[in-house]
Order: sequence, then C-alpha cells, then structure tokens
Amino acid sequence: MRTYKQVFSELAELKQAALIPFFVIGDPDFDTSFAIIKTAIDAGADILELGIPFSDPIADGPTIQKADIRSLRSGMNVAKALEFIRLLRDYKDIPIGLLMYYNLIYQYGTEKFFSDFHQAGVNSVLVADLSIDDAGEITQPAVSAGLDTVFMVTPNTDTERMKLIASKTTGFIYTVSLLGVTGSREKLSDAVEELVGKLKKLTSVPICVGFGISTAEHAATIASAGADGVIIGSKIVALIENNLANPKKILAEISTFLSNVKKTIAPQ
Amino acid sequence: MKYRGRFGDYGGFYVPEVLIPVLEELEGAFYRFYEDERFVTELAQLSKDYAGRPSPLYYAKRFSEYVGFKVYLKREDLLHGGAHKVNNTLGQGLLAKYMGKTKLIAETGAGQHGLATAMIGALFGMETKIFMGVTDIERQSVNVHKMKLCGAEVIPIEGGTGTLKDAINEALRYWTAHVTDTFYLFGSACGPHPYPTIVKHFQTCIGEETRQQCLEQIGKLPDMIVACVGGGSNAIGIFSAFLDDKDVKLIGVEAGGRSLASGKHAATLVAGRVGILHGAKSYLLQDKEGQVHDTESVSAGLDYPAVGPEHCLLKDTGRAKYVAAEDAEVLDAFELLSKSEGILPALESAHALAYLCRQKGKLSPDTIAVVNLSGRGDKDVSIVEKRRSVSREA
Repeated sequence: MRTYKQVFSELAELKQAALIPFFVIGDPDFDTSFAIIKTAIDAGADILELGIPFSDPIADGPTIQKADIRSLRSGMNVAKALEFIRLLRDYKDIPIGLLMYYNLIYQYGTEKFFSDFHQAGVNSVLVADLSIDDAGEITQPAVSAGLDTVFMVTPNTDTERMKLIASKTTGFIYTVSLLGVTGSREKLSDAVEELVGKLKKLTSVPICVGFGISTAEHAATIASAGADGVIIGSKIVALIENNLANPKKILAEISTFLSNVKKTIAPQ
Repeated sequence: MKYRGRFGDYGGFYVPEVLIPVLEELEGAFYRFYEDERFVTELAQLSKDYAGRPSPLYYAKRFSEYVGFKVYLKREDLLHGGAHKVNNTLGQGLLAKYMGKTKLIAETGAGQHGLATAMIGALFGMETKIFMGVTDIERQSVNVHKMKLCGAEVIPIEGGTGTLKDAINEALRYWTAHVTDTFYLFGSACGPHPYPTIVKHFQTCIGEETRQQCLEQIGKLPDMIVACVGGGSNAIGIFSAFLDDKDVKLIGVEAGGRSLASGKHAATLVAGRVGILHGAKSYLLQDKEGQVHDTESVSAGLDYPAVGPEHCLLKDTGRAKYVAAEDAEVLDAFELLSKSEGILPALESAHALAYLCRQKGKLSPDTIAVVNLSGRGDKDVSIVEKRRSVSREA
C-alpha cells in the first residue's frame, strides 16, 4: 500500500506539489461517484481526500452540504463507503485520506472504524470536528490500526499550537487557507502564502492546503509558496452539481479541470 | 482552552480547529468578567430595570385545584421579551460589549432567543443577525416581526427541516468566517464549551430567586421542580439552586411530539443515544450510523435533537428525572392554564404543565410543585388555534 511518505518524497524530487481532489463518497450515487473518482485518478490525482456524508457538516459550505445530501439520499452509508474504498484500491494503489465528522466514527466504534477502514485501504482519517486538544480520543487507535494522522491548522492558529499540531501529525498538515467553511472563492486568501511559509519553517511534516482553492492559478500560487500538496474540493464538487443530468459531462469537465491544474503545478 | 468543559464525560468542545481560538477567547473573557464588580453591578441593574427581575413566584390556586396539589409558577413569562431568554442575552450581550465585539449573531427556534438577542442588539447598539429555520419562521412569524422591529436581520435557513438544528449549523458556519468582530450569542445551555457553563451561569438567577421565594412565601422548599427541556437552559437555571437539596425532585420534560413510538418527537434524554453534535457530547437523536434525526414538536423551542451536557450527567446520576409530554397533552395543558388562571403559557413551558396534569389525583394534596413558566404563549396562539381546528375537523 502506497504511503503519504512515498508520494511526498517522490514529488519532492520532481519539485512538484501533490494534487489532492476531494469528493463526497456516493455523490451523486455509488456508481457515478466511482466513475468520477476513477477519472480524477486518471487525470493525475496523487492522493485522494474523501468524505463520508454526514447530516450536519458544520465545517462545510453549501456545495459540500448539497453533495452530502445527494449522497445520503442515494443510500450511501458507512458500510457502503468501506466497500467503495476497497473497490477504489483495487483500481489503483493511491493514498486515501478520509475527511469526516466525529459522530459517524464514534457510533461505529473508534477502534473498529480505524481498523476496518485501514484494511480497506485508507491511509488517514481527519476528523473535522475534533481538535488537537482531544486528539487523545483517536490518536492511539489510529496509530494502532496503522493509520497516519492528519490535523488541521487555520490562519488563526497560534505558533505554539502549530508546533503541538505538527508534533502529533505523521501524514500531513491540512492547512486551511482562510477563516471560514469550505467553498470555492474567486480570490485566494491573502493569509495563505504567509501561513505556508510559517509552517514550512516550523516543521518538516508535509503541508497541504485546502478550502477555497478554485483555479489552476490558485493552485500554482500555493505550490510556489512551498506547499507539498493542493486540496481542491468544492470547485470540482460543483462540477457534479452543475451537470447532474449529464454524467458524461461531469467526467469530461473534472478530467479537463484536474489535468489543467496538474500541468500548472508541475515544474515548467 | 483553560478548562475541559466536561460534565462527566459529556460536553467538551468538538469543533473545527478554526473555532478553537475563538472559544478560547470567549472562555478567557467569561472568567475574567463574570465576577468582576463593574460587570456584576451593570448586569444586576439591567436585569432589574430592563428585564424586570426578580420575577414573581405565583401560587396558581385554580390550576392547583384541578390537579389536586399545590402548584407554584415561576413567572419568567413576565420578563421583558416574554421568556427567560433575556437573562442569558443580557449577560452574554454585556460580555460581548466588554470584549469589544460590535456584532451579534444568534440562532433561534421559537424566536424567543432571537428576539431576546435582537433586543440586546438594540440596547447596546450592535448589528445583529438571527439565523432561523424556514419552518420556524413560518410558525413563529410574530417573533420574526418583533426581531425586525428591533433592527435585527433575520436570515432564513432552508437546510434540513428548517428548524433549530439547521439554524445552529448555519450560525456556526457564519461565525467561522466572521470570528474577529462577531460574538455568537448562543441560546441554550448546550453547544461547545464554554457555552453550557456561560448560559447556566446567567440563568442561575431563576433558581436562586425561586429557592429564596419558596422559603419566604411557603416557609420551606418545594417537593418538586418541573421544567421543560429542549437544549435545557431554563431547566438548568432553575435546577441549579436545588442540586444539593436531595429531597427536592427535579423533573425535566422533553417534547414527545406526535408520540415516542412514532419516532416523531424531540425527546433526546428519554429516547436518544450518546453522540456528538454542535460541539458537544450528549444524548442525541440519531440513526444507527450516527446521522442526526430530524425532530418534531408542536413547540419550536424544544425541537432539537441534542441536549445540554449537564442534563445528560443529571440523568445518568439519577439526580434529575426526564420524561416526555406529547403534543396533544401539551395543548390541553396550554388551554387549562389559560382558562384556570388567565395565563397563556409558551407551548414549551406547557410541557412542564402537561407533566403535572398527568399527576392529577396521584399526589398528596400537600405536595408542592414549582413549574418554571419559562415563557408566555402569545407567540403560540395561532398554532394552538390551527391545531385545535384540525383536530375538531378530524
């Protein structure tokens, strides 16, 4: 199973940032979602960030909220998500990070959740509503299961706390580019370059940036600021929402968009 | 964060990283000011002159005759704004002012907390936004108008069932993006730490007054305290002063909605399972996987799938007992208090009265029960009328 470490060190040699698309598993339904994510892999994704839909996603803006609702309505659940990941791993050995809300893990049973999903092919589980202060509730079971840890840093995280977060992170730091929820934005946050620079000085843990990254230019700016990866979610999830009646168009548009980003963040 | 904000294993602060520094700032400010002499004096003055505290403890003679034991009403319904909510909004609003925040946001279900926040926004000259589900806007239109008259902007939320849970989701999202100048004035004793502690603190005046009034007016403590529980702020406010009085039974009444068996209710402590929502670990109405259930209740203020963490602990330790009252018996209780005392209770508070109606003939005539009449029912008149005409047609 390919690890984050392998991917980041290979890309570092190429002086290239990782392309990390985010999708909600099962959006808009199991089969279409599977085809979409295969397309993203073929378009050059280095790592996948996937969400299991939750009824109350408080860290997400309207685009991901609607994706959660589409997925839940199509019958997605934790057991099916597990199967989804197994199938995806059969298609390609690519690192997969889950990004989700704590209650689903808590109800499944934390240890069992981590162990089952690691076996299915997941490399890390980022819990959107669990801060480093309560990391004790998940770190031990995650490490025992063989998972890497991923935590978030935001523009208002202070330096001491950044150091603490870095010390508990083995996968990558999910760096939130702005104060706010997920969603595509026209302009890249002013805070992001400085934030990446600061983190790179503080730690050798890979730094990936997400929230609001909506164009190839945004991605290029972040990559040249020194980030190890670029996470793109709402922008491509919106391509699903906008073409629900035409799945072929979803695949074509996502393929074009991600290929273009990949080209832009690769060295010229 | 200085404290863990736990009640047993319940509570905590399960929020995205971006909110941690903000909650930390709030926690720091609360502990800096809540015993500060200037803050305490200013709050006491406003509680008296603006809100109308202390509220009376009233012996409801004719209602008592009906149920067959003595019922006293703690008249929070007489406060400015028509509910206990003003105790909390004055306290938190003042805290916002001391922190130098210039904007207020709040969620609301029945509109009582939204109105109480809008009032305080006007009082302190702060720009105020109220997040409210579309279902609640429709069924509580009078409060929506009042909020607007106080200068607040009411933001309709369409997600989910368009009720309190969805309004909180959206208020949290908005806050995440506006943390620098905006104070989130949370309405109930739930949500992430430090809110359960802050809201309880500003609502303890209900319990402290009630305890003193019982001793002065009755000469002893009551046998039971009954309060409705949605998030649980009015209940924890009145319970708090009696926690050490082991002979005083504490009873929280949740929304039984259509019926517990139908699954269409909001009786979190009675029928829920422990989970995590809106920043806290608490009992939660959810499916097997942990997706949060939509709730249903005739009262918008109780229509919420989680509950304050301290109530969870009080349930587990057995110090308080939690029951549910169904919509139909709540409507009966609403009418009974109106007819027997000329007091229209909020449908929320009518849940507590419905529990007492159920005890008719079962308790000794000497029994003394105090009900926290947490709000007045003017806002509910059209709902009651509508429900009654529907049931007559059926």
